[in-house]
Formats: sequence, C-alpha cells, structure tokens
Amino acid sequence: MATGQVLVTVGTTKFDLFISTVCSAEVSRILKRRGYKKLLLQIGNGNIPEVECIEGMDVEYFRFKDSIIQDIQDSSLVLSHAGAGSCLEVLGAKKPLVVVVNEMLMNNHQIELAKQLFTKEHAYYCTCSELKETLVHMNVNSLKPFPSGKPENFANFLNEIFGFNDTFGIS
Amino acid sequence: MFLFVFACFLFGFIFLRAFLLVRKDVTYNEHKEKKYQHVKTLIVIGSGGHTAEMLRLVRSLNPKLYSPRTYILAKGDFTSESKIHVVEEALKCDNESNYNLERIPRSRNVGQSYFSSIFTTLYSILYCIPVMLIQRPNLILTNGPGTCIPICLIAFVMKIFYLCEGTTVFVESVCRVTSLSLSGKILLYFADVVIVQWPELQKKYKKTKYIGRLV
Repeated sequence: MATGQVLVTVGTTKFDLFISTVCSAEVSRILKRRGYKKLLLQIGNGNIPEVECIEGMDVEYFRFKDSIIQDIQDSSLVLSHAGAGSCLEVLGAKKPLVVVVNEMLMNNHQIELAKQLFTKEHAYYCTCSELKETLVHMNVNSLKPFPSGKPENFANFLNEIFGFNDTFGIS
Repeated sequence: MFLFVFACFLFGFIFLRAFLLVRKDVTYNEHKEKKYQHVKTLIVIGSGGHTAEMLRLVRSLNPKLYSPRTYILAKGDFTSESKIHVVEEALKCDNESNYNLERIPRSRNVGQSYFSSIFTTLYSILYCIPVMLIQRPNLILTNGPGTCIPICLIAFVMKIFYLCEGTTVFVESVCRVTSLSLSGKILLYFADVVIVQWPELQKKYKKTKYIGRLV
C-alpha cells in the first residue's frame, strides 16, 4: 500500500545529523522524484530541524510517542537509526527499511545487526553521508522479507531441559 | 598441620568442582528424573532493549510451569518495572499472579569511575548473596548486562557447595551477530547454557546453543 509517507526515526536519544541530512533540499528532491509526498520525523531530544522546504513535500515532526507502530504502518518507507528494537519493528511490519548508522557513537554494537540485515538483503544500510547515494540507487522491491523471531523455540528448549515436553506429550 | 591438610582438601574440592561445572554441558536429561511440578524461576532484568527482549521470552513461557517468578532489577529502574507488570497481566492464570520483584543495587552507574565501580560491584555481589540463598531458584534467566553477573557468579559458587541446583540460562541479544557481549564471554564459563540468536555466533563460540532467532 503506497501511502507516500516516509517515516524517519532516531530512537530514544537524538541524531541531529541524520535529521538535518534528510531535511536538506537535495534529499527531499530525491524522495520526491521517487514518488514520496510526506516526511514524518521522530526527532527525540534533538534540535528542531530547519527544513529546506521543497514544493510537494509535506514535513511534520514529533519528539516521542509511546509506540510508533501506527506511524510505521502508515508509511511506505522508513529511515531509521540502528536501534534493534526500531529495526525489528519496521521489518515486522514488512516495510522497506534504510538503517542509518551514527558514526559518532563509540563501540557501536548496533552496527552488527544493521550489517547483517544488509548482507541478507532485508534492509539498506548507510551513514549520513552515504544516505543520498543510497536513496538514489535503492530498489525497495528487491528487499527480502525478514522472518519473525520464534520465542516459542525458547519455551520448548526450557521444557526439554525440565522434562515438561514428555509430560505434556509435546515433542 | 591438620589445618594445612584440611585447607588443601578444601581448595582441591572447590577447584575440582568448579572445573567440572565449567566443563559440564547441560544435557536434556539433567532434570528429567526430578519430575518437576513447577520450576521456581529467577529472571534478571537489565535495562532498555534488554528488558524488551527478555520479557518477550518470558511471555512465551507457560506461566503455570515456570512459577513462582521473581524478577531481579536494579534499584531505580522504574521503566522496566511497568513493563513487567504489563507482561504479568497477560500471563495471569485464573486471575492469579505468581510473581514478585526484588531490587538490587547497581554494580555501576552510567559515568561512574571504574575505580569506585569495584566497590559498588562488590557491594552488589554481597547484597545478592542472601537474596540467592533465600530464593534458591531452579532456573535463572538472564540476557545481561551488568545486573546479571553478580547473580550468576553467586549461583555458580553456590553450586560448588551444592547449595543451589538452579540452571543458569543466558540469552545473548539479537543485536549480537558476530561478537559476544562481555557478559556473554564471562558466562560461557559460569552459566549452564549460553544461547545465541545467529548461526554465525554459534560457529564462532562452539559452547553456545543456537535454536533459531528468538525475538
């Protein structure tokens, strides 16, 4: 369902470089050319963006919500920081995802997951400086669906250890 | 002289027991003979994303079998507390809840100097000892960080002295694809099971278990 909305999310802290990159005229033009009509920015604790307004691209922003799942559902594309929770939520909603990594964060173990998602073709992955390039060349239709995790495997594993599976006839 | 011989035997015993525990692989048959009616479960809650992952796993458990449940969390962690209540609400059987919360001091606060952290960690460990002696859980679930190490170390020492039969299970975060967290590396030796969520990690650390991606 193409809604024309692009959701940008920075998570629980802030990522001003990401927001300002997305709000630049260049990136807005690229998104508009690809058929997107609206930018919805979740900016966290960051500075209110200075948007270089371009015609035909609406811009809206908010800081935090208890849950952004509805905004994810309402979007055709999500540009997200590399937080695992965020990425998994977007992939769970089966929306195209571009993961933008914050190079300023030290010891960034979030990169492992972003790289993995990219390698397995579930999402795109780039830095702020590479975002323009990525948006120009990406093909969202070629992204592969990401299978959801199975917490029941964990329950079964524990049941095996404690002998519950036998008792309840589950193998 | 007698004291010396006794000390040798004691240390020999401790060393041998610890060595055997570290080398042991939890087999599926370990607990079967015991025929548990229910498993007393201790769940160690970290912070932020770790809480979300752990609670997703807890949510998948049969609340009648894994009960009573005690949640260990750091003092001052109120965000995790509300999330626990939400999950437990969903796990209610016959309108009954079988869980409680236990708060322990943090080993280290954000920005605290590493030097003073040694003392706060020691305090945290000492604080946990009576908690563990009272709880004597059958199962300890944790996914790191910080808060879980004192609990798991104490459980290990208690096992050396046959004071605790609990199985310690550490679930590495889904974020960890190619490297184990520090908690994971430590608990490879002291936990009974270390579960990873990507096959690449299991190949790298042969002692870990991979049962598919869990969250």
